[in-house]
Amino acid sequence: MKLTKEQVLNTARLARLDIAPQDVEMFSEQLASILGYMEKLNEVDTTGVAPTSHAISLTNAFRQDRAHEHLPRDKALSNAPEKDEDGFLVPKVI
Amino acid sequence: MEFEPVIGLEVHAQLNTSTKIFCACSTRFGAEPNTHVCPVCLGMPGSLPVLNKKVVEYTLRMALATNCDIPPQSRFARKNYFYPDLPKGYQISQYELPIAINGHLDIDMQDGSSKRIGITRIHMEEDAGKLIHDGSLPVSHVDLNRTGVPLMEIVSEPDLRSAAEAGVYLRNLRAIIRWIGIGDGNMEEGSFRCDANISIRPKGSDTFGTRTETKNLNSFKNVEKAIRYEIARQTEILLDTGQVVQETRLWNPGKGVTESMRSKEQAHDYRYFPDPDLLPLVIEKKWISAVQKDLPELPSQRRERFVTEMAIPDYDAGVLTSSRELADYYESCLKTFNQPKHVSNWIMGSLLGLLNAEGKSIEDCPIAPKDLAQLLKLLDEGAISGKIAKTVFEEMSSTGKPPKQIVEEKGLVQVSDTSIIEKEIDAVIAANPNEVERYKDGQKKLIGFFVGQVMRATKGKANPKMVNELLMKKLGT
Repeated sequence: MKLTKEQVLNTARLARLDIAPQDVEMFSEQLASILGYMEKLNEVDTTGVAPTSHAISLTNAFRQDRAHEHLPRDKALSNAPEKDEDGFLVPKVI
Repeated sequence: MEFEPVIGLEVHAQLNTSTKIFCACSTRFGAEPNTHVCPVCLGMPGSLPVLNKKVVEYTLRMALATNCDIPPQSRFARKNYFYPDLPKGYQISQYELPIAINGHLDIDMQDGSSKRIGITRIHMEEDAGKLIHDGSLPVSHVDLNRTGVPLMEIVSEPDLRSAAEAGVYLRNLRAIIRWIGIGDGNMEEGSFRCDANISIRPKGSDTFGTRTETKNLNSFKNVEKAIRYEIARQTEILLDTGQVVQETRLWNPGKGVTESMRSKEQAHDYRYFPDPDLLPLVIEKKWISAVQKDLPELPSQRRERFVTEMAIPDYDAGVLTSSRELADYYESCLKTFNQPKHVSNWIMGSLLGLLNAEGKSIEDCPIAPKDLAQLLKLLDEGAISGKIAKTVFEEMSSTGKPPKQIVEEKGLVQVSDTSIIEKEIDAVIAANPNEVERYKDGQKKLIGFFVGQVMRATKGKANPKMVNELLMKKLGT
Protein backbone atom coordinates (compact mmCIF):
# COMPACT_ATOMS: atom_id res chain seq x y z
CA MET A 1 0.00 0.00 0.00
CA LYS A 2 1.27 3.41 -0.92
CA LEU A 3 -0.18 6.86 -0.27
CA THR A 4 -1.01 9.00 -3.28
CA LYS A 5 0.83 12.24 -3.85
CA GLU A 6 -2.41 14.13 -3.07
CA GLN A 7 -2.80 12.35 0.27
CA VAL A 8 0.75 13.23 1.25
CA LEU A 9 0.37 16.87 0.24
CA ASN A 10 -2.99 17.14 2.02
CA THR A 11 -1.54 15.66 5.22
CA ALA A 12 1.33 18.13 4.99
CA ARG A 13 -1.07 21.01 4.46
CA LEU A 14 -3.18 20.05 7.48
CA ALA A 15 -0.02 19.93 9.62
CA ARG A 16 1.28 23.17 8.06
CA LEU A 17 4.45 21.40 6.89
CA ASP A 18 6.35 22.62 3.88
CA ILE A 19 7.43 19.51 1.95
CA ALA A 20 9.95 19.70 -0.88
CA PRO A 21 8.63 18.14 -4.11
CA GLN A 22 11.47 15.64 -4.24
CA ASP A 23 10.54 14.35 -0.74
CA VAL A 24 6.93 13.47 -1.56
CA GLU A 25 7.85 9.99 -2.76
CA MET A 26 9.85 9.27 0.40
CA PHE A 27 7.02 10.41 2.72
CA SER A 28 4.53 8.42 0.71
CA GLU A 29 6.50 5.25 1.47
CA GLN A 30 7.20 6.11 5.12
CA LEU A 31 3.59 7.03 5.89
CA ALA A 32 2.42 3.88 4.13
CA SER A 33 4.63 1.73 6.33
CA ILE A 34 3.26 3.40 9.47
CA LEU A 35 -0.29 2.88 8.30
CA GLY A 36 0.60 -0.67 7.34
CA TYR A 37 1.72 -1.30 10.88
CA MET A 38 -1.63 0.01 12.16
CA GLU A 39 -3.39 -2.28 9.69
CA LYS A 40 -2.07 -5.17 11.75
CA LEU A 41 -4.47 -4.14 14.53
CA ASN A 42 -7.39 -4.61 12.17
CA GLU A 43 -6.61 -8.31 12.07
CA VAL A 44 -7.83 -8.69 15.66
CA ASP A 45 -11.52 -9.54 15.99
CA THR A 46 -13.01 -6.76 18.16
CA THR A 47 -16.67 -7.70 17.74
CA GLY A 48 -18.48 -6.75 20.93
CA VAL A 49 -15.55 -4.85 22.42
CA ALA A 50 -16.19 -1.21 23.31
CA PRO A 51 -13.69 1.21 21.73
CA THR A 52 -10.98 2.26 24.15
CA SER A 53 -11.05 5.99 24.71
CA HIS A 54 -8.41 6.06 27.37
CA ALA A 55 -5.39 3.96 28.25
CA ILE A 56 -6.07 3.82 31.98
CA SER A 57 -9.37 2.75 33.49
CA LEU A 58 -9.99 5.85 35.59
CA THR A 59 -12.90 8.27 35.23
CA ASN A 60 -13.94 11.69 36.53
CA ALA A 61 -10.90 13.72 37.55
CA PHE A 62 -12.29 17.08 38.66
CA ARG A 63 -11.07 20.44 39.82
CA GLN A 64 -13.07 22.76 42.13
CA ASP A 65 -14.06 26.15 40.73
CA ARG A 66 -11.46 28.20 42.60
CA ALA A 67 -9.00 30.56 40.94
CA HIS A 68 -5.23 30.20 41.28
CA GLU A 69 -2.40 32.66 40.87
CA HIS A 70 -1.96 33.62 37.24
CA LEU A 71 1.28 33.49 35.33
CA PRO A 72 2.91 36.94 35.30
CA ARG A 73 2.41 38.47 31.86
CA ASP A 74 6.10 38.89 31.09
CA LYS A 75 6.58 35.19 31.78
CA ALA A 76 3.59 34.26 29.62
CA LEU A 77 5.04 36.27 26.77
CA SER A 78 8.68 35.34 27.26
CA ASN A 79 8.81 32.66 24.53
CA ALA A 80 6.83 34.59 21.95
CA PRO A 81 8.75 35.39 18.76
CA GLU A 82 6.80 38.64 18.29
CA LYS A 83 5.22 40.61 21.15
CA ASP A 84 4.56 44.03 22.61
CA GLU A 85 3.98 44.96 26.28
CA ASP A 86 0.34 43.73 26.19
CA GLY A 87 0.57 40.51 24.30
CA PHE A 88 1.41 38.29 21.39
CA LEU A 89 1.72 39.66 17.87
CA VAL A 90 0.95 37.60 14.78
CA PRO A 91 0.86 38.45 11.07
CA LYS A 92 -2.39 40.24 10.40
CA VAL A 93 -5.29 37.81 10.02
CA ILE A 94 -8.58 38.67 8.19
CA MET B 1 -43.93 26.99 -6.36
CA GLU B 2 -44.20 27.68 -2.65
CA PHE B 3 -41.08 27.18 -0.55
CA GLU B 4 -40.57 26.64 3.14
CA PRO B 5 -37.42 27.43 5.10
CA VAL B 6 -35.79 24.82 7.33
CA ILE B 7 -33.71 26.32 10.14
CA GLY B 8 -31.53 24.82 12.84
CA LEU B 9 -29.58 26.89 15.37
CA GLU B 10 -26.26 26.27 17.08
CA VAL B 11 -26.00 28.34 20.24
CA HIS B 12 -22.83 28.92 22.22
CA ALA B 13 -23.47 30.10 25.76
CA GLN B 14 -20.73 31.08 28.17
CA LEU B 15 -21.13 29.47 31.59
CA ASN B 16 -20.63 31.87 34.49
CA THR B 17 -18.13 29.86 36.50
CA SER B 18 -15.34 31.70 38.35
CA THR B 19 -12.59 29.80 36.58
CA LYS B 20 -11.87 28.33 33.15
CA ILE B 21 -12.98 24.87 32.05
CA PHE B 22 -9.59 23.11 32.22
CA CYS B 23 -7.44 25.35 34.43
CA ALA B 24 -7.90 27.60 37.46
CA CYS B 25 -7.49 30.92 35.62
CA SER B 26 -10.14 33.55 36.29
CA THR B 27 -12.91 34.09 33.74
CA ARG B 28 -13.54 37.70 34.84
CA PHE B 29 -14.28 39.95 31.88
CA GLY B 30 -12.28 43.11 31.21
CA ALA B 31 -8.88 42.24 32.72
CA GLU B 32 -5.65 43.53 31.16
CA PRO B 33 -4.76 41.41 28.09
CA ASN B 34 -2.90 38.15 28.80
CA THR B 35 -3.06 38.42 32.60
CA HIS B 36 -5.58 35.60 33.17
CA VAL B 37 -3.39 32.90 31.71
CA CYS B 38 -1.33 29.91 32.82
CA PRO B 39 0.66 27.11 31.13
CA VAL B 40 -2.52 25.07 30.53
CA CYS B 41 -4.53 27.68 28.63
CA LEU B 42 -1.42 28.97 26.89
CA GLY B 43 -0.94 25.46 25.47
CA MET B 44 2.54 25.00 26.93
CA PRO B 45 4.03 21.56 26.28
CA GLY B 46 3.69 19.24 29.25
CA SER B 47 0.75 21.01 30.88
CA LEU B 48 -2.38 18.99 31.51
CA PRO B 49 -6.06 20.00 31.56
CA VAL B 50 -8.25 19.15 34.58
CA LEU B 51 -12.02 19.50 34.21
CA ASN B 52 -13.87 22.10 36.30
CA LYS B 53 -16.68 20.21 38.07
CA LYS B 54 -18.97 23.22 38.04
CA VAL B 55 -18.94 23.29 34.24
CA VAL B 56 -20.39 19.77 34.27
CA GLU B 57 -22.98 20.69 36.90
CA TYR B 58 -24.10 23.78 34.99
CA THR B 59 -24.38 21.87 31.73
CA LEU B 60 -26.38 19.16 33.50
CA ARG B 61 -28.76 21.84 34.73
CA MET B 62 -29.32 22.99 31.15
CA ALA B 63 -29.72 19.41 29.97
CA LEU B 64 -32.46 18.77 32.55
CA ALA B 65 -34.15 22.10 31.88
CA THR B 66 -34.39 21.19 28.17
CA ASN B 67 -35.60 17.63 28.73
CA CYS B 68 -32.43 15.95 27.45
CA ASP B 69 -31.27 12.38 27.95
CA ILE B 70 -27.97 12.18 29.80
CA PRO B 71 -25.94 9.15 28.67
CA PRO B 72 -23.98 7.38 31.44
CA GLN B 73 -20.65 8.19 29.83
CA SER B 74 -19.35 11.12 27.80
CA ARG B 75 -15.92 12.24 26.75
CA PHE B 76 -13.86 15.08 25.36
CA ALA B 77 -12.36 15.24 21.89
CA ARG B 78 -9.81 17.39 20.11
CA LYS B 79 -10.96 19.50 17.19
CA ASN B 80 -7.82 20.26 15.21
CA TYR B 81 -7.23 23.47 13.29
CA PHE B 82 -4.68 26.26 13.17
CA TYR B 83 -5.62 29.80 14.04
CA PRO B 84 -3.72 32.40 16.08
CA ASP B 85 -6.42 32.57 18.76
CA LEU B 86 -6.00 28.84 19.50
CA PRO B 87 -2.65 28.28 21.20
CA LYS B 88 -2.74 24.45 21.33
CA GLY B 89 -3.63 24.00 17.66
CA TYR B 90 -6.80 22.22 18.78
CA GLN B 91 -9.93 23.08 20.70
CA ILE B 92 -11.07 20.67 23.40
CA SER B 93 -14.71 19.95 22.69
CA GLN B 94 -17.04 16.97 22.70
CA TYR B 95 -17.79 15.06 19.53
CA GLU B 96 -19.02 11.47 19.54
CA LEU B 97 -20.23 11.28 23.11
CA PRO B 98 -21.69 14.64 24.21
CA ILE B 99 -22.99 15.09 27.74
CA ALA B 100 -26.65 15.45 26.68
CA ILE B 101 -28.81 14.38 23.71
CA ASN B 102 -32.44 14.20 22.50
CA GLY B 103 -33.97 17.13 24.36
CA HIS B 104 -36.68 19.58 23.45
CA LEU B 105 -38.05 23.00 24.23
CA ASP B 106 -41.67 24.11 23.78
CA ILE B 107 -42.01 27.61 22.42
CA ASP B 108 -45.12 29.81 22.41
CA MET B 109 -45.66 31.93 19.33
CA GLN B 110 -47.34 35.32 19.46
CA ASP B 111 -50.48 33.98 17.76
CA GLY B 112 -51.01 31.67 20.75
CA SER B 113 -49.80 28.52 19.01
CA SER B 114 -47.19 26.33 20.63
CA LYS B 115 -44.43 24.30 19.00
CA ARG B 116 -41.92 21.72 20.18
CA ILE B 117 -38.34 22.31 19.00
CA GLY B 118 -36.01 19.34 19.24
CA ILE B 119 -32.56 19.68 20.78
CA THR B 120 -30.10 17.33 19.13
CA ARG B 121 -27.30 17.66 21.65
CA ILE B 122 -25.62 19.81 24.26
CA HIS B 123 -21.88 19.66 24.76
CA MET B 124 -19.11 21.39 26.68
CA GLU B 125 -16.07 23.02 25.12
CA GLU B 126 -13.46 25.73 25.62
CA ASP B 127 -13.58 29.20 24.09
CA ALA B 128 -10.74 30.58 21.95
CA GLY B 129 -8.76 33.77 22.55
CA LYS B 130 -9.44 37.19 21.12
CA LEU B 131 -7.74 38.80 18.13
CA ILE B 132 -7.49 42.55 17.85
CA HIS B 133 -6.52 43.76 14.42
CA ASP B 134 -4.10 46.64 14.33
CA GLY B 135 -5.26 49.65 12.37
CA SER B 136 -1.84 50.87 11.33
CA LEU B 137 0.54 47.90 11.51
CA PRO B 138 0.34 44.64 9.52
CA VAL B 139 -0.14 42.67 12.76
CA SER B 140 -2.93 41.29 14.92
CA HIS B 141 -2.78 41.37 18.72
CA VAL B 142 -3.59 38.14 20.52
CA ASP B 143 -5.24 38.21 23.95
CA LEU B 144 -5.54 34.76 25.53
CA ASN B 145 -7.61 35.72 28.61
CA ARG B 146 -10.71 34.20 27.01
CA THR B 147 -8.91 31.01 25.97
CA GLY B 148 -10.41 28.15 27.98
CA VAL B 149 -13.48 30.02 29.22
CA PRO B 150 -16.24 27.38 29.44
CA LEU B 151 -18.87 27.25 26.73
CA MET B 152 -21.93 25.10 26.34
CA GLU B 153 -23.07 24.45 22.77
CA ILE B 154 -26.75 23.72 22.23
CA VAL B 155 -27.63 22.31 18.80
CA SER B 156 -31.27 22.33 17.74
CA GLU B 157 -32.98 19.97 15.31
CA PRO B 158 -33.90 21.61 11.97
CA ASP B 159 -37.40 22.20 13.36
CA LEU B 160 -37.66 25.96 12.99
CA ARG B 161 -39.67 27.26 10.03
CA SER B 162 -39.34 31.05 10.20
CA ALA B 163 -37.14 33.87 11.45
CA ALA B 164 -39.81 34.63 14.06
CA GLU B 165 -39.74 31.06 15.39
CA ALA B 166 -35.95 31.18 15.56
CA GLY B 167 -36.19 34.44 17.52
CA VAL B 168 -38.66 33.01 20.04
CA TYR B 169 -36.62 29.80 20.47
CA LEU B 170 -33.46 31.81 21.05
CA ARG B 171 -35.09 34.12 23.58
CA ASN B 172 -36.51 31.11 25.42
CA LEU B 173 -33.10 29.45 25.60
CA ARG B 174 -31.59 32.64 26.92
CA ALA B 175 -34.35 33.05 29.51
CA ILE B 176 -33.74 29.49 30.77
CA ILE B 177 -29.97 30.00 30.97
CA ARG B 178 -30.50 33.12 33.09
CA TRP B 179 -33.33 31.53 35.08
CA ILE B 180 -31.26 28.54 36.19
CA GLY B 181 -28.32 30.83 36.95
CA ILE B 182 -25.66 29.35 34.67
CA GLY B 183 -24.97 32.30 32.36
CA ASP B 184 -25.94 35.88 31.58
CA GLY B 185 -26.95 35.30 27.94
CA ASN B 186 -25.56 38.64 26.81
CA MET B 187 -25.46 38.57 22.99
CA GLU B 188 -23.84 41.97 22.54
CA GLU B 189 -20.95 41.04 24.86
CA GLY B 190 -20.57 37.66 23.17
CA SER B 191 -21.51 35.44 26.10
CA PHE B 192 -24.42 34.10 24.02
CA ARG B 193 -23.69 33.45 20.33
CA CYS B 194 -25.66 31.87 17.55
CA ASP B 195 -24.99 30.33 14.13
CA ALA B 196 -27.92 29.53 11.84
CA ASN B 197 -28.17 26.61 9.42
CA ILE B 198 -30.71 27.54 6.77
CA SER B 199 -32.08 25.75 3.74
CA ILE B 200 -35.17 26.03 1.55
CA ARG B 201 -37.36 23.26 0.15
CA PRO B 202 -40.66 23.00 -1.72
CA LYS B 203 -43.48 23.17 0.82
CA GLY B 204 -44.54 19.67 1.84
CA SER B 205 -41.28 18.04 0.75
CA ASP B 206 -39.67 15.71 3.28
CA THR B 207 -36.10 16.00 2.02
CA PHE B 208 -33.79 18.88 2.83
CA GLY B 209 -32.40 21.43 0.40
CA THR B 210 -28.74 22.47 0.34
CA ARG B 211 -27.99 24.45 3.48
CA THR B 212 -25.77 27.38 4.32
CA GLU B 213 -24.38 28.22 7.74
CA THR B 214 -24.56 31.88 8.72
CA LYS B 215 -22.22 33.25 11.38
CA ASN B 216 -21.63 36.56 13.16
CA LEU B 217 -25.15 36.99 14.48
CA ASN B 218 -24.50 39.26 17.43
CA SER B 219 -27.98 40.39 18.47
CA PHE B 220 -31.49 38.95 18.50
CA LYS B 221 -32.49 41.48 15.85
CA ASN B 222 -29.59 40.48 13.61
CA VAL B 223 -30.42 36.78 13.93
CA GLU B 224 -33.90 37.39 12.60
CA LYS B 225 -32.75 39.84 9.93
CA ALA B 226 -30.01 37.50 8.68
CA ILE B 227 -32.41 34.54 8.53
CA ARG B 228 -34.97 36.59 6.59
CA TYR B 229 -32.27 37.75 4.20
CA GLU B 230 -30.91 34.23 3.69
CA ILE B 231 -34.40 32.78 3.09
CA ALA B 232 -35.07 35.46 0.46
CA ARG B 233 -31.66 34.95 -1.18
CA GLN B 234 -32.03 31.18 -1.42
CA THR B 235 -35.64 31.40 -2.62
CA GLU B 236 -34.58 33.74 -5.39
CA ILE B 237 -31.81 31.35 -6.48
CA LEU B 238 -34.22 28.42 -6.58
CA LEU B 239 -36.86 30.41 -8.49
CA ASP B 240 -34.15 31.20 -11.03
CA THR B 241 -33.67 27.43 -11.30
CA GLY B 242 -30.20 27.86 -9.79
CA GLN B 243 -28.42 25.86 -7.12
CA VAL B 244 -27.74 26.97 -3.58
CA VAL B 245 -24.06 26.46 -2.79
CA GLN B 246 -23.23 24.71 0.48
CA GLU B 247 -21.03 27.21 2.28
CA THR B 248 -20.38 29.24 5.40
CA ARG B 249 -21.65 32.81 5.17
CA LEU B 250 -21.04 35.86 7.31
CA TRP B 251 -23.76 38.33 8.27
CA ASN B 252 -22.76 41.90 7.49
CA PRO B 253 -24.94 44.01 9.80
CA GLY B 254 -23.86 47.27 8.17
CA LYS B 255 -24.99 46.24 4.70
CA GLY B 256 -27.79 43.97 5.92
CA VAL B 257 -26.61 41.04 3.77
CA THR B 258 -24.91 37.67 4.21
CA GLU B 259 -21.61 37.22 2.35
CA SER B 260 -19.77 34.07 1.34
CA MET B 261 -16.96 33.17 3.77
CA ARG B 262 -15.82 29.70 2.72
CA SER B 263 -17.22 26.98 0.46
CA LYS B 264 -17.59 23.27 1.17
CA GLU B 265 -14.31 22.61 -0.65
CA GLN B 266 -12.49 25.00 1.66
CA ALA B 267 -14.28 23.57 4.71
CA HIS B 268 -12.07 22.57 7.61
CA ASP B 269 -11.02 18.99 8.15
CA TYR B 270 -11.07 18.92 11.93
CA ARG B 271 -9.83 15.34 12.45
CA TYR B 272 -11.64 14.89 15.75
CA PHE B 273 -10.24 12.26 18.09
CA PRO B 274 -10.68 11.50 21.81
CA ASP B 275 -8.44 13.70 23.94
CA PRO B 276 -5.99 11.39 25.72
CA ASP B 277 -5.31 14.09 28.35
CA LEU B 278 -8.83 13.91 29.76
CA LEU B 279 -10.47 10.95 31.44
CA PRO B 280 -13.91 9.75 30.35
CA LEU B 281 -16.71 11.48 32.21
CA VAL B 282 -19.16 9.22 33.99
CA ILE B 283 -22.46 10.75 35.06
CA GLU B 284 -24.16 8.60 37.65
CA LYS B 285 -27.93 8.69 38.23
CA LYS B 286 -27.22 9.93 41.76
CA TRP B 287 -25.54 13.04 40.37
CA ILE B 288 -28.39 13.71 37.95
CA SER B 289 -30.99 13.50 40.74
CA ALA B 290 -28.94 15.82 42.94
CA VAL B 291 -28.83 18.44 40.14
CA GLN B 292 -32.53 17.90 39.47
CA LYS B 293 -33.32 18.48 43.13
CA ASP B 294 -31.48 21.80 43.14
CA LEU B 295 -33.05 22.99 39.90
CA PRO B 296 -35.46 25.89 40.49
CA GLU B 297 -39.05 25.71 39.26
CA LEU B 298 -38.70 26.42 35.51
CA PRO B 299 -40.44 29.27 33.63
CA SER B 300 -43.02 26.98 32.01
CA GLN B 301 -43.80 25.24 35.30
CA ARG B 302 -44.14 28.50 37.16
CA ARG B 303 -46.34 29.96 34.46
CA GLU B 304 -48.65 26.98 34.75
CA ARG B 305 -48.75 27.30 38.53
CA PHE B 306 -49.61 31.01 38.31
CA VAL B 307 -52.56 30.16 36.06
CA THR B 308 -53.87 27.31 38.21
CA GLU B 309 -53.06 28.57 41.71
CA MET B 310 -53.61 32.29 41.27
CA ALA B 311 -56.26 32.12 38.59
CA ILE B 312 -54.65 34.84 36.48
CA PRO B 313 -54.85 34.71 32.64
CA ASP B 314 -52.13 32.77 30.80
CA TYR B 315 -51.05 36.01 29.14
CA ASP B 316 -50.35 37.62 32.53
CA ALA B 317 -48.54 34.49 33.73
CA GLY B 318 -46.39 34.57 30.58
CA VAL B 319 -45.34 38.19 31.16
CA LEU B 320 -44.72 37.65 34.89
CA THR B 321 -42.50 34.61 34.26
CA SER B 322 -40.41 36.28 31.56
CA SER B 323 -37.63 36.44 34.15
CA ARG B 324 -37.14 34.71 37.46
CA GLU B 325 -36.65 38.04 39.24
CA LEU B 326 -39.98 39.38 37.96
CA ALA B 327 -41.80 36.19 38.98
CA ASP B 328 -40.20 36.44 42.44
CA TYR B 329 -41.25 40.10 42.67
CA TYR B 330 -44.83 39.17 41.85
CA GLU B 331 -44.97 36.42 44.45
CA SER B 332 -43.40 38.71 47.06
CA CYS B 333 -46.18 41.25 46.48
CA LEU B 334 -48.81 38.57 47.00
CA LYS B 335 -47.41 37.83 50.47
CA THR B 336 -48.53 41.29 51.59
CA PHE B 337 -51.57 41.74 49.38
CA ASN B 338 -53.07 38.52 48.07
CA GLN B 339 -55.17 39.68 45.14
CA PRO B 340 -53.32 38.07 42.22
CA LYS B 341 -55.06 39.77 39.30
CA HIS B 342 -54.99 43.20 40.90
CA VAL B 343 -51.25 42.92 41.58
CA SER B 344 -50.61 41.52 38.10
CA ASN B 345 -52.40 44.51 36.51
CA TRP B 346 -50.24 46.99 38.40
CA ILE B 347 -46.99 45.15 37.66
CA MET B 348 -47.73 44.74 33.95
CA GLY B 349 -49.06 48.27 33.58
CA SER B 350 -47.49 50.85 35.88
CA LEU B 351 -44.41 49.00 37.10
CA LEU B 352 -43.14 47.56 33.81
CA GLY B 353 -44.09 50.83 32.11
CA LEU B 354 -41.92 52.71 34.59
CA LEU B 355 -38.99 50.30 34.24
CA ASN B 356 -39.18 50.35 30.43
CA ALA B 357 -39.27 54.13 30.37
CA GLU B 358 -36.16 54.28 32.56
CA GLY B 359 -34.44 51.39 30.79
CA LYS B 360 -34.16 49.47 34.07
CA SER B 361 -34.63 45.79 34.79
CA ILE B 362 -36.67 44.47 37.70
CA GLU B 363 -33.47 43.90 39.71
CA ASP B 364 -32.97 47.69 39.85
CA CYS B 365 -36.60 48.43 40.61
CA PRO B 366 -36.77 51.39 43.03
CA ILE B 367 -40.03 50.12 44.55
CA ALA B 368 -39.81 47.18 46.94
CA PRO B 369 -42.47 44.50 46.40
CA LYS B 370 -43.89 44.93 49.88
CA ASP B 371 -44.29 48.67 49.22
CA LEU B 372 -46.17 48.14 45.96
CA ALA B 373 -48.40 45.63 47.76
CA GLN B 374 -48.94 48.14 50.60
CA LEU B 375 -50.01 50.77 48.09
CA LEU B 376 -52.53 48.41 46.54
CA LYS B 377 -53.79 47.58 50.01
CA LEU B 378 -54.34 51.27 50.80
CA LEU B 379 -56.22 51.61 47.52
CA ASP B 380 -58.27 48.50 48.18
CA GLU B 381 -59.21 49.67 51.69
CA GLY B 382 -60.41 52.96 50.25
CA ALA B 383 -57.81 54.94 52.19
CA ILE B 384 -56.69 56.55 48.90
CA SER B 385 -58.33 56.98 45.51
CA GLY B 386 -57.07 55.47 42.25
CA LYS B 387 -55.87 58.87 41.14
CA ILE B 388 -53.96 59.45 44.37
CA ALA B 389 -52.53 55.94 44.10
CA LYS B 390 -50.91 56.92 40.79
CA THR B 391 -49.43 60.02 42.41
CA VAL B 392 -48.10 57.99 45.35
CA PHE B 393 -46.70 55.38 42.91
CA GLU B 394 -44.72 58.06 41.08
CA GLU B 395 -43.44 59.46 44.36
CA MET B 396 -42.41 55.95 45.46
CA SER B 397 -40.50 55.40 42.24
CA SER B 398 -38.51 58.61 42.63
CA THR B 399 -37.91 58.53 46.40
CA GLY B 400 -38.20 54.84 47.27
CA LYS B 401 -40.24 55.82 50.32
CA PRO B 402 -42.98 53.48 51.59
CA PRO B 403 -46.49 54.49 50.47
CA LYS B 404 -47.90 55.11 53.97
CA GLN B 405 -45.17 57.65 54.68
CA ILE B 406 -45.85 59.47 51.40
CA VAL B 407 -49.60 59.53 52.04
CA GLU B 408 -49.05 60.95 55.53
CA GLU B 409 -46.37 63.47 54.57
CA LYS B 410 -48.40 64.84 51.69
CA GLY B 411 -51.75 64.57 53.48
CA LEU B 412 -53.19 62.44 50.72
CA VAL B 413 -55.53 60.33 52.83
CA GLN B 414 -58.86 59.97 51.11
CA VAL B 415 -61.71 61.89 52.67
CA SER B 416 -64.63 59.55 53.27
CA ASP B 417 -66.29 61.62 55.95
CA THR B 418 -69.84 62.33 54.74
CA SER B 419 -70.16 65.65 56.54
CA ILE B 420 -66.95 67.07 55.06
CA ILE B 421 -67.86 66.00 51.53
CA GLU B 422 -71.43 67.33 51.93
CA LYS B 423 -70.05 70.68 53.03
CA GLU B 424 -67.96 70.92 49.85
CA ILE B 425 -70.90 69.82 47.70
CA ASP B 426 -73.14 72.48 49.21
CA ALA B 427 -70.50 75.12 48.46
CA VAL B 428 -70.15 73.96 44.82
CA ILE B 429 -73.95 73.95 44.34
CA ALA B 430 -74.24 77.42 45.82
CA ALA B 431 -71.43 78.76 43.58
CA ASN B 432 -72.86 77.37 40.33
CA PRO B 433 -76.59 78.11 40.17
CA ASN B 434 -76.67 78.13 36.32
CA GLU B 435 -75.22 74.64 36.04
CA VAL B 436 -77.62 73.40 38.70
CA GLU B 437 -80.51 74.83 36.67
CA ARG B 438 -79.30 73.16 33.43
CA TYR B 439 -78.74 69.87 35.23
CA LYS B 440 -82.27 69.89 36.52
CA ASP B 441 -83.49 70.68 32.98
CA GLY B 442 -82.07 67.34 31.86
CA GLN B 443 -78.39 68.00 31.05
CA LYS B 444 -77.35 65.02 33.18
CA LYS B 445 -73.84 65.01 31.76
CA LEU B 446 -73.10 67.99 33.97
CA ILE B 447 -72.69 65.58 36.88
CA GLY B 448 -69.08 65.23 35.72
CA PHE B 449 -68.60 68.96 36.11
CA PHE B 450 -69.86 68.89 39.70
CA VAL B 451 -67.74 65.90 40.63
CA GLY B 452 -64.71 67.69 39.16
CA GLN B 453 -65.43 70.83 41.17
CA VAL B 454 -65.78 68.89 44.43
CA MET B 455 -62.59 66.92 43.74
CA ARG B 456 -60.73 70.12 43.03
CA ALA B 457 -62.01 71.69 46.21
CA THR B 458 -60.78 68.70 48.19
CA LYS B 459 -57.46 68.52 46.27
CA GLY B 460 -58.41 65.11 44.89
CA LYS B 461 -58.77 63.60 48.30
CA ALA B 462 -62.52 63.09 48.42
CA ASN B 463 -63.73 59.54 47.88
CA PRO B 464 -65.04 59.86 44.29
CA LYS B 465 -67.69 57.19 44.73
CA MET B 466 -69.14 59.01 47.73
CA VAL B 467 -68.97 62.36 45.95
CA ASN B 468 -70.98 60.90 43.09
CA GLU B 469 -73.60 59.37 45.32
CA LEU B 470 -74.02 62.42 47.52
CA LEU B 471 -74.21 64.76 44.50
CA MET B 472 -76.96 62.69 42.90
CA LYS B 473 -78.86 62.73 46.15
CA LYS B 474 -78.57 66.51 46.54
CA LEU B 475 -79.28 67.41 42.93
CA GLY B 476 -82.00 64.80 42.49
CA THR B 477 -81.69 62.30 39.64
